[in-house]
Amino acid sequence: MLLCNPAAHARGIQPGISVAAARALAHDLIIQPRDLNAERAALHALAAWSYQFSSQVSLYPPDALLLEVQGSFTLFGGWPALLDKVRCGLAGLGYLTRLAGAPTPLAALSLARCNSEQHIEAHQQLAAALSPLPVSVLDWEQVLIDRLDGMGVRQLGDLLRLPRDGLARRFGQQSLLYLDRMLGRCPHPQELYQPPQTFRRRLQLPAEVGQAQALLFALQRLLLELCGWLGGQGAGVQRVDVCLQHREQRVTRVSLETRKPGRDSEQLTSLFRERLERLELPLPVIEVELCADEVLALDADSPDLFGSSGKPERLNLLDHLRARLGDGAVTGISAVAEHRPEYAWRYTDPGDSRTDNNGRQRPLWLLSVARPLKTRNGRPQLHGELQLETGRERIESGWWDGKDVARDYYIATNPAGSSYWVYRELTGEQGWYLQGVFE
Amino acid sequence: MSLDHLLQRADVWRGGRLTAAASAVPSGYSELDTLLPGGGWPQGALTEILMPRQGIGALRLLMPALAQLSHDDRWICWVAPPHIPYAPALVSAGVDLSRVLLVHPGARQDGLWAVEQSLRSGNCSAVLAWPTLDDAGVMRRLQLAAEAGDALGFLFRAERFAKRPSPAALRIQLDTHTDGNLSVSILKRRGGWAAGPVHLDTSLQYGALALHSRATTAAGCFQPRQQ
Repeated sequence: MLLCNPAAHARGIQPGISVAAARALAHDLIIQPRDLNAERAALHALAAWSYQFSSQVSLYPPDALLLEVQGSFTLFGGWPALLDKVRCGLAGLGYLTRLAGAPTPLAALSLARCNSEQHIEAHQQLAAALSPLPVSVLDWEQVLIDRLDGMGVRQLGDLLRLPRDGLARRFGQQSLLYLDRMLGRCPHPQELYQPPQTFRRRLQLPAEVGQAQALLFALQRLLLELCGWLGGQGAGVQRVDVCLQHREQRVTRVSLETRKPGRDSEQLTSLFRERLERLELPLPVIEVELCADEVLALDADSPDLFGSSGKPERLNLLDHLRARLGDGAVTGISAVAEHRPEYAWRYTDPGDSRTDNNGRQRPLWLLSVARPLKTRNGRPQLHGELQLETGRERIESGWWDGKDVARDYYIATNPAGSSYWVYRELTGEQGWYLQGVFE
Repeated sequence: MSLDHLLQRADVWRGGRLTAAASAVPSGYSELDTLLPGGGWPQGALTEILMPRQGIGALRLLMPALAQLSHDDRWICWVAPPHIPYAPALVSAGVDLSRVLLVHPGARQDGLWAVEQSLRSGNCSAVLAWPTLDDAGVMRRLQLAAEAGDALGFLFRAERFAKRPSPAALRIQLDTHTDGNLSVSILKRRGGWAAGPVHLDTSLQYGALALHSRATTAAGCFQPRQQ
């Protein structure tokens, strides 16, 4: 057993015991095999996320990341503030972390591995801070650690007190170099992590999920990762694709597009919440994948992950409405230079309108389909007899596209005082129709 | 505590005096504006417009205010209108169409959701809706949303809802006056008693044609084509 949760711990299970022993203690124990690939993917994802805090990130597999943060202090307001942001961010992603800071990479790693959340600022303090740590913290070969143990060297302090030449002879030049790098006596070049150009991350769900809304939790983590990665790139996204993997290789795709590029994880989460509420899953979901292939430059004044650049932008209404109601459910409206009333307007993208105006009086309501009116003694009726205004308007047009009209239009008022826009066909049945309401 | 002191309190209003503090958008009809607290349609609040039937000019009543608001950079949002808002007529009324947003929700539930979101978002200067249900809880939510988003919420409702209590800041009832003008009665306003009716000639505000005044003389013009 490598790890166990508090419930298992309460039943007496501890890291280090065998699976058989653990089963004997708790027959209903759920055991998940270690997935090294998933661990590696998680570490890479965290490296990409960390890139927002430092452009110098190094991977120390299987479980550590190194960030050069000296250069980031001014931007983030010093060590405590930076530490706070990193810790909160990682907690939001669902990771338990140990954070330590030191002037050299190996010292910081050693402190973090020993759960010693210190921040050592000066080189001179290094030796004192590292001395109490056990030698097992060194990522040396096990034989060397055993040899140290055999010599009675338990703590780093004991090791550092050994004469250098003897140390080099017994443990090799590499070991000496390791200690020198740890104490900052010689430089320690790092292999820097390069974040990917597009974002693609999958998350296996701990259990099958049948309700679309329940996916939001997993999705939120992925969106936090995405926005952290975008922060490192100084970029935003306008489109996010989510791929829900079902059993039997079946897939449901959900996409989200916003009007402006952004990297506000709360906003994206809220938009996906609307999307998921509408979604019916054909089968339970076992895995969620989130992709952002197109990354766009973001203005400097756009809100970042923590909203530190001012108050977060209000949720964009259009994105919000479209996420829930569908793209076609939100439109603008435009006038069209056209004589036939039913073609003198059209739906447009919001904000994308023309304002042609022929100056004639038109009703504020147009019926989507003109309604035939009953007549009595040849006079049109609508809740009583309609009185026609002066100012007949003849509209004859459209011979070129086969949808030609030939009509006489009137403004008409019924006994109750309601005003309508009616017309009479000049051809065929010469019937009366209601086309608009002067509301 | 002295009486003067007491009268300074924000939650005390004196009958017959309209609170001027409330911000409002002029309706464009001076007779109506004098009756409305703040001199116009209340900002950040619901206005309920009760009407006996369609075709009497309820929308025309709003056009001067909507035309003015359309020069704002916020949306004028129409949620599930009963007919198509006719673009040429809106242009004639002076409304900048590029600020007009239409929402076509599928279900009624979505319609109410869209009204609330639009009011609350802060992205809309005005929201127009035609709710048919009678639910005080929903109305209360919409009123709060309008406050949060500083929007003018206009709810067009059937006359029969006039008897129902409503949290809307302003409630007006429309009818057609015998002279063909629009009659507006104020059923409820902030800091004032019911008032009105005033008779407004909405057609003059709106277009070149004086619609109703000609109605009585137009009968003679009725000349259906004979076959």
